Amino acid sequence: MQTMSRTDASPRHRYWSNLVSATGFVGSIVVTLFGLLVLTFVIGRMMPVDPVLAIVGDEASQATYDRVYARLGLDQPLYVQFFRFVSDVLRGDFGVALVSGRPVVEDIIRVFPATIELGTISIILGAGLGIPLGVLAAVRRNKLPDYLVRFLSLLAYSTPTFWFGLMGLLLFYAYLGWSGGTGRVEVYYSGLVSPITGFLLIDSILVGEWDVFWSALRNIWLPATVLGLNSMAYIARMTRSFMIDQLGQEYVVTARIKGLSQRQVIWRHAFRNIRVQLVTIVALAYGGLLEGAVLIETVFSWPGFGGYLTSNLMMGDMNAVMACTLLVGVLFIALNILSDILYRVFDPRTRAA
Amino acid sequence: MSGTETMTWREYLSTDTITSGRQATAQRLYWGTRSFFSSPLAVFGLVVILLLAIMAIFAPWIATHDPLVQNLARDLEPPSAQNWLGTDEFGRDIFSRIVHGSRISLYIVMLVSVIVAPIGLVIGMTAGYFGGWTDRVLMRITDIFLSFPSLILALAFAAALGPGIENAVIAIALTAWPPIARLARAETLTTRAADYIAAARVSGAGAPRILWRHILPICIPSVVVRITLNMAGIMLTAAGLGFLGLGAQPPSPEWGAMTSAGRRFMIDSWWVVTMPGMAILIVALAFNLFGDGLRDLLDPRQSR
Repeated sequence: MQTMSRTDASPRHRYWSNLVSATGFVGSIVVTLFGLLVLTFVIGRMMPVDPVLAIVGDEASQATYDRVYARLGLDQPLYVQFFRFVSDVLRGDFGVALVSGRPVVEDIIRVFPATIELGTISIILGAGLGIPLGVLAAVRRNKLPDYLVRFLSLLAYSTPTFWFGLMGLLLFYAYLGWSGGTGRVEVYYSGLVSPITGFLLIDSILVGEWDVFWSALRNIWLPATVLGLNSMAYIARMTRSFMIDQLGQEYVVTARIKGLSQRQVIWRHAFRNIRVQLVTIVALAYGGLLEGAVLIETVFSWPGFGGYLTSNLMMGDMNAVMACTLLVGVLFIALNILSDILYRVFDPRTRAA
Repeated sequence: MSGTETMTWREYLSTDTITSGRQATAQRLYWGTRSFFSSPLAVFGLVVILLLAIMAIFAPWIATHDPLVQNLARDLEPPSAQNWLGTDEFGRDIFSRIVHGSRISLYIVMLVSVIVAPIGLVIGMTAGYFGGWTDRVLMRITDIFLSFPSLILALAFAAALGPGIENAVIAIALTAWPPIARLARAETLTTRAADYIAAARVSGAGAPRILWRHILPICIPSVVVRITLNMAGIMLTAAGLGFLGLGAQPPSPEWGAMTSAGRRFMIDSWWVVTMPGMAILIVALAFNLFGDGLRDLLDPRQSR
């Protein structure tokens, strides 16, 4: 069926249709990004905190107030303000964070590695546990392992992340002492290793500070596990349903009739066919971690992006909140595009017609 | 039961030769309900939700103490016969606070669901039925909202609107409608081309009438299932907002805010944090289990 359609589509025709679909693809990304800008702008303008007061303080004179008001462009009509916002954003200028007094972009670059480090370990745990569990559930469908995996993932979906983090601290830090406390390292090690890559686990090895490395490892495993729980549940659930689809296919029956062992049927045949789908799922789960990071970083005083976002939300720092919101949206879109492209590149089935 | 006086209810509900639409509906509901009640987990979910509703309605009679009255002589007391789940840092009874907090949780979950369902249905059905540019514009807007993780968008909205339960409801509702719209659109797309819709159009029915009378009933079951499954997520988002201080404000016994307030005393008094969090977990789990059961009942196509 596919070969039929390939023969009557000339190369030139294929070229054009690819170009058209690529233009549509890029166009929809541009429109989405623009919508993101509008949404962020609206949120920023709705903030209840007066941005002028936040800069000049309560005791400034009316004249100072008016001058800052005008300098921020707040006397301009909304569409002019929006235009200025967009052109600033395109130049990579998100203004100055009111709390730290530094450009927001600098702040974000400083805090982001901590979140990436946490998220990467979480996703390794989530995928490393979720995929085998999902395969197990699919193979033992409607048997005890399946019920257990399904119940576990439902439980993970129903657990408030912040509470689970607190319970983890209570058990593993306060009672058992297996984990370090909050923050990235023990207090007396903090600042000992100056950032090279920004990833403390890597930096401490690079400069040979093994004590710092062990302390960082002791501190990261618990928040990473708590954060990875949700992605584990999601990945296990998706893996299970992909595997069930594959195991019902005729080629699996054929492989079984040929006399292949269970292990060969599962891993060499069925699992190979879901690898691309799994990569996209893991990419999406990685983005989803940002969400949990906001709560987990607050619980563990983790000096990352999530903690930065919430502390600025509390202070009503408009610039920082807008930049963070926009960044999360862009990251999400980027991950979606990435998984879409991975799908098209690695899965020949999606390329037909 | 025309013409078959001898037919019993059991035969009416289990025969393969169905004679009326009403019989088909009755059969589907009967067998669906039976399968729902044969699943212990779904029944557990239903029971917990009913208990929660009873707890919320009769909170003042069930609670053993006033949820707001402080008793500093009895602060941070462990669970005992007098305070079943212990007391918090102001000596308030945690059990009574959790009982009263159920009102807030239920209020948020119900209000968000009631706001979100019509918005999602209208947008999704309009996009699906009219297609073309209407569809493109509406779905693009939906996608923009979907391109944020819902908690972060809700956080930003809640921060922009200011803290408080009503604002938390608005913030969560703003992030919860897109999946409903997607679902309603998909259902509309599959029914739009059906013969009976064409028949309705030929006999002169306008778009509003077709949408209301013929397409809405098709969308309802899957939307109800989806919203039930979403309720757990709404609970968790509301609790997260409360935990971060953007939802219900301190003296109010909202479970997320209670967890947050108890953090400082957690190491010495484990119950302060454990109890409200456990309440969130149990109720969220119940919504998930109930939603799964309801899906098998109302929307068998999607279950596996």
